[in-house]
This record gives sequence, C-alpha cells and structure tokens, in this order.
Amino acid sequence: MAALKPVSPMALASPQRCDTAGVANPEAALSRRFLYYMSLMREAEDRIERKLYRQGKIVGGVYVGRGQEAICVGAGLVAAPQDVLFPSHRDLGLFFIRGVEPREVFAQYMGRAGGLTQGRDANMHMGDLNRRIVAIISAMAAAVPVAAGAAMALKQQRSPNIVFVFFGDGATSRGDWHEGINLAAVQKAPLVLICNNNQYAYSTPLDKQMACRDVADRAPGYGIPAEIVDGNDAWAVYEATHRAAEHARQGLGPYLIECKTFRMTGHSAHDAGDYVPKDRWQEWGAKDPIVRMEQLMLERGYASRQQLDDLHAEIRGQVDEAVAWAEASPFPDPSTLTDNVYEPAPAPAPTVEKA
Amino acid sequence: MQVTYLEAIRQGIWEEMERDPSVFLLGEDIGVYGGAFKVTAGMLDRFGEERVVDTPISESAIVGAAIGASFMGMRPVAEMQFADFISCGFDQIVNFAAKCRYRWNAPVPIVVRAPSGGGIHGGPFHSQNPEAWFVHTPGLKVVQPSTAYDAKGLMKAAIRDNDPVIFFEHKALYRRIKGEVPSADYTVPLGKATIFREGRHLSVITYGAMVHVAAEAAEILEQEGISMEIVDLRTLLPIDEETVLASVRKTSKAIVLHEATLTGGVGGEISARITEKAFEYLDGPVLRIAAPDTPVPYSPPLEEAFLPNAGKLLEKARWLVRY
Ligand SMILES: Cc1ncc(C[n+]2csc(CCOP(=O)(O)OP(=O)(O)O)c2C)c(N)n1
Repeated sequence: MAALKPVSPMALASPQRCDTAGVANPEAALSRRFLYYMSLMREAEDRIERKLYRQGKIVGGVYVGRGQEAICVGAGLVAAPQDVLFPSHRDLGLFFIRGVEPREVFAQYMGRAGGLTQGRDANMHMGDLNRRIVAIISAMAAAVPVAAGAAMALKQQRSPNIVFVFFGDGATSRGDWHEGINLAAVQKAPLVLICNNNQYAYSTPLDKQMACRDVADRAPGYGIPAEIVDGNDAWAVYEATHRAAEHARQGLGPYLIECKTFRMTGHSAHDAGDYVPKDRWQEWGAKDPIVRMEQLMLERGYASRQQLDDLHAEIRGQVDEAVAWAEASPFPDPSTLTDNVYEPAPAPAPTVEKA
Repeated sequence: MQVTYLEAIRQGIWEEMERDPSVFLLGEDIGVYGGAFKVTAGMLDRFGEERVVDTPISESAIVGAAIGASFMGMRPVAEMQFADFISCGFDQIVNFAAKCRYRWNAPVPIVVRAPSGGGIHGGPFHSQNPEAWFVHTPGLKVVQPSTAYDAKGLMKAAIRDNDPVIFFEHKALYRRIKGEVPSADYTVPLGKATIFREGRHLSVITYGAMVHVAAEAAEILEQEGISMEIVDLRTLLPIDEETVLASVRKTSKAIVLHEATLTGGVGGEISARITEKAFEYLDGPVLRIAAPDTPVPYSPPLEEAFLPNAGKLLEKARWLVRY
C-alpha cells in the first residue's frame, strides 16, 4: 500500500458524484450536495441496519450515524481533495464524499472480497490512502495522535493540506485524545478536530463522561481555539469547519469544533437504547438534519418538492444497485488468510539460463 | 443448578460483593446498562452507584484507579468492555499493578475482567486473545475458565487473591456453555489445572473455548479407538506444570492447543517445559495448534480458516498417535 504522500488529483475518484452542473447559485449547489450526501448516508445506513443486518447478511457490529449526518457531510465538504480525513464510526458520509462507491461499502459490511478491506475488517473500520482516508482502529480516540502525526508531516513537507479527525464525546475521555491534541498544539500542526457530541457514549450519558459542560471547554487547557455549533445544521458545521480549516492552513495550529447533536439510534444494531429518555428522541427527531436541509432548500427556492423527491429516488436506485452488486460478490478466498501481514517479498530475479 | 458460563461469572462477582463490602466494580457501561455482555446486570440496583461505578472511556484510569483503591484496602473488579481494549490500560497493568509487590511489598488485589476470543465475527478489534502479553509479565496471575463451574469458582478465588489477576472470559462461551454450579460457597484455586477428560494415548493441553473443541475431537477419536486426555490449564500464570507433566508422562504424547496466535503464544512455553522436564517420556514431538500469525479477520470464511477447530486437532492427533 502506498505511503501517505501527495497523489495527483486525477488519482482520486471523482468527489463530484453529486451532479450540480445545472445549478447556478453556489449556495443552492452546495445545499444540494449537503442533501445528497446526507441522504445517501441515511439510505445506505438504513439499508445496512434495518434490512441487511436483520436478514443476517451482515454479521458482527453495526454502528450508524442516523441524525448526525450533517456533521461529517458539512465538515467533509470543506476538505480539499488532498486533505487527509480520519473518520470515526459514524461518519460514513466522508467515504462517499471521497468517491468511495456505495457498493464497496456494502461489500465491506458484508465481509466480501470487494469491500474496502477485502473482508479483513468490519463495518466502518476501513480506509484508503489513495483517497486520503485513514482507517480507524476500534479503540476510541486512538486516531487523534495519529492524525497529529499526519498533520506534523504535512507541515514539515510544506504541504498546503491539512488533517481532519472525527470522534465522539466519549472518545475525549481517553488519554490518547489529550496526548494527541497537546502534541499537535505544541507543534502547531494543521489539525481540525471535529467532535460529534451526540450526548451518549454507548449507554453512558455526558455527565458521567465529563465534569465540564462542553467538550469545547477542554480546548483552553491545550491553548487551542474551539467553537460550538448546531451539529444538525450542515451549513453551520460547514461554516465553522471552514474557519477551523483557514486557521490550520495559516499555520496557527489545531482547532476544535464541537457539534451538538443526538444519536438517533441505539449504540449499535443490537442495542435498542432503552436507557435514553423517550422525550429526547422526540425532541431531536424534530431537528432531523435532512428534513431541515430540505426545508431550507424549499424556502429559498433552491429546489422544488419534485426535485427533492427525484433526488431521493435516484439515491434509492443507487443503493439498490449497490446492494445487489455486493450480495452477488464473492467472499474472500480462505487461502488468502495469511497474505499481507507483511509486505510481500519481491519476486526473485529471473535466473539467466546458461547456454 | 444449571447456569450459563456468563451467569456463573455474574454469580461469582455478586456473591463476593455480598460477602465482602470492599469488593466494588468499575468499568464502562457496567451500571445502568449492566455491561456490554450483561455480566453485571442488576448489580447497580442491588449494590448502588458507589460500588458499581460507570466510568468514562478511560481504560488506563480504570485500571489505575483500581490499583489505587486496592492500596486503601478495597478489592476492585475492573471490566474491560472487550479484551481488545486492555491494551489501552497496558502500562497500569504490566508496570504498575504487576511490579508493586516485588518492588515495595505492596499487594495489589485487583481483578481485571477481559471478554476475549473470536468466533463472533467481531473482526480484528473484538476477537483477540491477548493472554500471552500478560503471561510474559511476572507479578500477574492470568486465568481463563472453560466451564461454568470453574468460571464461578475462579472468579471468587481471583477476587479473594492478593495479587493482580487478569481474568479472561471467552465471549463465545458466555451463553453457549452451561453447567452445574453448587449453590454453597466454593472456590477453584488459582494456579491449578484440571483433567477435563481422562485418556491414555495422547494429551491435549489447552484452555478456554478450545477445551470444548478438544472435547468434540476426543469424542470422535474415541470411536476410532484413540483415547485422548484433555488437560484444561484454567490458570495460565502461574502455570500448573505438575499436572501437565503428569499427563504427558502417562500418555507420552502431547499437543498444545490454543485459539491465540502461534508465535510467542502460551503453547511455546508449555511445549518447552514438556521437552525440558519429560523428554524421556515422550514418544513423539510436542505439537502446537494455534491460530496463524495474522490479525483476526472479520469475514466469516476467513475467520473460520483462522480459528483452530476439531478438524485441525483430529488431523494432528491421528498423526501423532501413529508416530
Ligand atoms: C478504548 C475503547 N474502549 C471501549 C470501547 C467500546 N466502545 C465502542 S464505541 C463506545 C462509545 C463511544 O462513544 P463516543 O466516543 O461518544 O462516540 P459515539 O459512539 O457516541 O459516536 C465504546 C465505549 C472502544 N471502542 N474503545
């Protein structure tokens, strides 16, 4: 696998999957892209969690970002194609923004050879250096020091690019989180830190996770700026991330954005989330980021209801096709089990026949 | 009373908490939720928030706090949500907990519970068997039960023990294995292996979920006229060398079987001790069966190829018997 070095933009899969060619107003075009990626993420994850998992076609853990789509999509659309992304386990939208095909995602979830990890790892544990997405490990916040290192390297290389790392509120309790941020801050590394504060970590509510009120309160201890945004508003996330990215690109160091949101699902597909008070589902259900984006687009005349319905129909069609492809694709061959633990030895030089 | 392996562990903890007010629990999602696997279900209601502490996601702090509380006379039982995350608390375990008694005569009576093992399609970070890291750490005790009876008895013994115990619970056994558990108080001593099944022609030395794989193979071999003894180590550190050697002296042939990967695994240690101390009794090489040296893969066909199973054991057992 290639090292994390600059690749030509041509090598990246088209990040422009969402067709906005006919949309003249840039805000209307961006709104359409927000809606497209959020809806694609929702549709894909609904299919994964509510259908394929229940049918037993996906085994193991399934974690979705239902209700939180505005965070990864709003922030992800700020990133330049060569910026480096470290998604967490509820940030599927980032993969689509980077041009990962839905079928690769379904194949990943179903343990097929065509998945991003070829069946080696599960669910959101996937990455692709060619698309400048680093795969998480399971341990929360372990990506933060790694992202700090990537940012330090980009700085050393005088790269114009920066690093975005995503995590939940619970992850900020890990020592790795604090060590990574402190190092990046001291080094003024170009790192944008994006927290989805969905108010639960598995069953643990915020007040059992931290004694400060906001995750943003942690930033002053490291001498970095932070801001709090409405995490269910893609535009708000986008604008805040834009400020953070400018800060990082100017060499001013890390910047933390806390996106207030709610996990509109249990922790994972096997957890109904019974410990969440019912009124909170209602309260946050009314703030659904996709519905809100549609309302904004309709109010501002960026799209008609018909156009929005067409977009959703298009997405459903795409997902249908992707699922069918993944289901038809093979499982990895068990004979490949021990391949690629290490770099394969170079093929022996051809022996020259002596006459 | 017939209970599951999981219920046996739960009872062991519960009874010790009833018996001894210094026993308390800490870990992620163990209170309100009852733990990711529900091992601590109901304990918050019974024992209250002070003794069933829901912590932040902070494995290093969980283990460290357990150590600190133990210095003050408590007997903490810390839960790692998955054994795979024990590495986040590694320094506290291998450098703090393990070395206190030797350095300054301070006992560290803690138990670190770690649900481990594959076969649940958990992938590389929810399937590992990291016992060998800890077996390589003098000062720790390392346990992995295979039956409900041992699970409860070893848990009680671990909580009462005055040294730090890493208690591996195999996730695939939690609800699959059931067994008879006495209602009267009992313990299973740490550091003692057991003969899970008697046999004459060869010994398989194993622990955890692989005991049941060995039992499956032993049934099949029995029909072929081959009698395989199964030694269940139960405690991996300190190793009960005597029970292992006695079995091998009787059968003259040995296979060490574990689910963890081969290189640097417990199997190498057992094998070395057999060849050092029972060489003249051996009628064949000491074989090892373990997972190959790769991370635990996710995709079912890969994981199936990865995990040791009865088929792989049968093949080696038949070969060794004929040797
Ligand atoms: C170090 C570590 N300990 C425990 C876990 C098990 N676990 C998986 S997700 C999770 C909760 C994560 O909460 P948060 O960081 O807030 O992210 P969210 O799931 O809410 O998006 C836990 C405890 C883990 N992955 N890593």
